[in-house]
Amino acid sequence: MTPHAADGLGELLEQITGFIFPNEIEIHWSLLIVVYPYVTGLVAGAFILASLVKVFNIKEVQPTYRLSLLTALAFLLVAPLPLLLHLSQPLRFYEILLTPNPASAMAMFGFVYAWYLMGVLLLEIWFEYRQDLITLAQTARSSLRWVYRVLSLFSRDVSGEALAFDRQAIQAITIIGIPSAFLLHGYVGFIFGSVKANPWWGSVLMPIVFLMSAIVSGIALVILLYMVLTALRRKPIDMACLDKITSYLFYAVIVDFSLEALDFVHRLYQSEESVKILGKLITHKLFMSLFVIQILLGMLIPLGILVLAKVRRFNDDLRKLLYFTAVILIQLGIFATRWNVVIGGQLFSKSFRGLMTYKLEMMGIEGLLTALLVLALPFVILAVLIRLLPTERLADRAPTAG
Amino acid sequence: MNKREFLKGAILFFPAGGVLSALAREAAGKETPGKDGGARPETKKGYDPADHYYGMGIEVDRCIGCNRCAVACKAENDVPDEPFYFRTWVERYTITRDGNVTVENISVGPRKEATQDAREVVRTFFVPKLCNHCANPPCVQVCPVKATFTTQDGAVIVDRERCIGCRYCIQACPYGARYLHPKTKTADKCTFCYHRVVKGLQPACVEVCPTQARIFGDLKSKASRLVRFARMNKIHVLKPSLNTEPKVYYAQLDGEVR
Repeated sequence: MTPHAADGLGELLEQITGFIFPNEIEIHWSLLIVVYPYVTGLVAGAFILASLVKVFNIKEVQPTYRLSLLTALAFLLVAPLPLLLHLSQPLRFYEILLTPNPASAMAMFGFVYAWYLMGVLLLEIWFEYRQDLITLAQTARSSLRWVYRVLSLFSRDVSGEALAFDRQAIQAITIIGIPSAFLLHGYVGFIFGSVKANPWWGSVLMPIVFLMSAIVSGIALVILLYMVLTALRRKPIDMACLDKITSYLFYAVIVDFSLEALDFVHRLYQSEESVKILGKLITHKLFMSLFVIQILLGMLIPLGILVLAKVRRFNDDLRKLLYFTAVILIQLGIFATRWNVVIGGQLFSKSFRGLMTYKLEMMGIEGLLTALLVLALPFVILAVLIRLLPTERLADRAPTAG
Repeated sequence: MNKREFLKGAILFFPAGGVLSALAREAAGKETPGKDGGARPETKKGYDPADHYYGMGIEVDRCIGCNRCAVACKAENDVPDEPFYFRTWVERYTITRDGNVTVENISVGPRKEATQDAREVVRTFFVPKLCNHCANPPCVQVCPVKATFTTQDGAVIVDRERCIGCRYCIQACPYGARYLHPKTKTADKCTFCYHRVVKGLQPACVEVCPTQARIFGDLKSKASRLVRFARMNKIHVLKPSLNTEPKVYYAQLDGEVR
C-alpha cells in the first residue's frame, strides 16, 4: 500500500462510531466485490429466462431466447474479472485452480464457473447456432467466413437428423442448465451466507435470496436489452412477448421481496446478540441504499408500476414506457441489494459495538472507474456477439440478409 | 567454614538449585526435557512439533494496560506502525453504574484520559486480544488455497508466499485478528511468535508482560504453566457460541467482552 492509501485509512479512523476492533477499519471487499455477484446474478437470471422457452415451452418468450443466451455469455465472460482485479496478489490466482482447498467455498469458484461456461452455456449456444453458423460460413462476407467456420467447429451437417439432434441436445443441456445456473448463483450466496462470524451475512436464506434477486435482475436486463435493441433496429416490439416476460418479472420480484422480508422479520423476531448493531447499521449506514433505493425505488415502485400496467388496459406505448421505467428501477434496486450485502456486512464491528465507514475511491484498481469499466465491458462483448451471432433464427427472417 | 555450616548450606543449596533450574526451564518455555535432554532452549533442529500443542492464558485482572505487549509484537513481527494493523492489542472496558459500557483500544496511540466521574464507574479492566489460534478455525476453512493453516503444534499461520490476497480469511475471523499487510499484500496475523516458540522462547508479548498477565504454554505437557493456569482458574473463551474452539483462555473474563 502506498503511504497515500494508509492516509486514507487514517482518515476513516475519525469516522468510526463506537468501538471497533483495530484491524476492522479497512473495508476489505470493496465495490468490485459488489459488482461480482451483480454480474453473476445477471448471468443466472438471463439463462433461466432462456430456459423458460425450452423447458417449459413458453412460445411467447421465444424472441428473447437467443438474446438471453448471449447476454448470459457476455456477462459470464466478465464475471471473474472483478474477482481477479480485487486480489491483492492477482498473479497467484491460478493457485485457486491448481491447488484448491476443498473445504473452502471460494475455491469452488473455478469449478462452478468452468462447468457453467463450458458444460452448459457454450454448449447450448453452439447447438442453438450450429445451423446458422454453417449457413453464415457460406453467405457472410469473405473475411468473416473463416470465423464462422471456426465457430461452427467445421461442422457441415444440416440434415434433418442432425438438426433434430441439435434440438434434443439443447433440451438436455437446458434441463442440466437450470440447476447449474442455480448452483452458480446460489454458490455466490453461499460464500456470504456461510460466514458465521458475520451476522449480516450468515443466513441459510442467503443463497436463495441471491438466486431470486438474480432471476429478477437477469429478466429485467433482458427486457431492457430487448427494448433497446428493437428500438435501435427500428423494429416493432413483440408486445405479447414483453407482457409475458414482465409478468414473470412481476412474480419473481414478489418472491424475492417475500424472501427478503422473511429474512428481515426473522432476524428482528429472533433478536439475537447482533440485533442492536444491525439495527444501527440499517438506520445509520444503509438507510439510503436499503430503504430508499433497494426497497422503495427498486421493489415497491416497480411492483406498483407492473401492477398498474397489468390492471389498467393501457395502450402499447404507455405500457412500454412503464415497463422500461420498471426494469431500470429494478436494476438499480438489485445493484443496491448487492451493495447492502457486501458493503453493509463490513460496516459494523464484529465486537457489535461500533460502525465503520466505506469511502469509495474514484480512481485506482478498486475505484469507481474500474467498476464502471467492468460493468460496461459485458455490453461491449454483447455488441460483438450480436454482430456475429444473429438474435433471430436465419430461417425466421423474411429475406435472408448477409 | 566448618562441617556443620557446609552441610547446612548443601541441604539448602541442592534443592534450591533444583527448583531454580526447573524455574529456568519453565521460563524458557520448555516444560519437559526435549530430545536433547538439556535445560537449554531448544533449537529448531531438535524440535518435534508433534510433541507440542500451544495455547495462551490471559489473566484479565493482572493486565495493567501498559501496552508493552502490543509494542513488542509490532517490533518483533514487522507489523506496520499505523494504528490499524495489530497482531495483538489491549482493550479498556469501563462500565458505569447505569450499565453503560465504554470500550477503547489503548493500543492505537495516545488518548485523552477518561474524564469519567470515578464514583460512577462500577468496574474497569483491560483485555489483551490476539488471534485465538482456534482449534476449529473458520479462517483456515475458507482459505481457497490453503495459504493459512494450522501447524501440528497448534499455531494458525499464514504462508505469505501462497496467499493470493482474497481476504476471505479476514472476513471469516470473528475476532478481527487479521489484516492485510500493506507491504506483502497478503493476510497477516499473530503466529504465537512461532519463530521464537520453536526455539524454545516465549512469544514476544509474553516475554515483555511485566505482570505475567499472559501465560504461554504447551497443552500437551502436564507440567506446563498453561495447564496449571487452566486448572487454577475458571476460564472462558471469546465467542464460544461460534464453536471456533479458541486456544486463548481468559481468566476473570467479563461478560461484556466479545
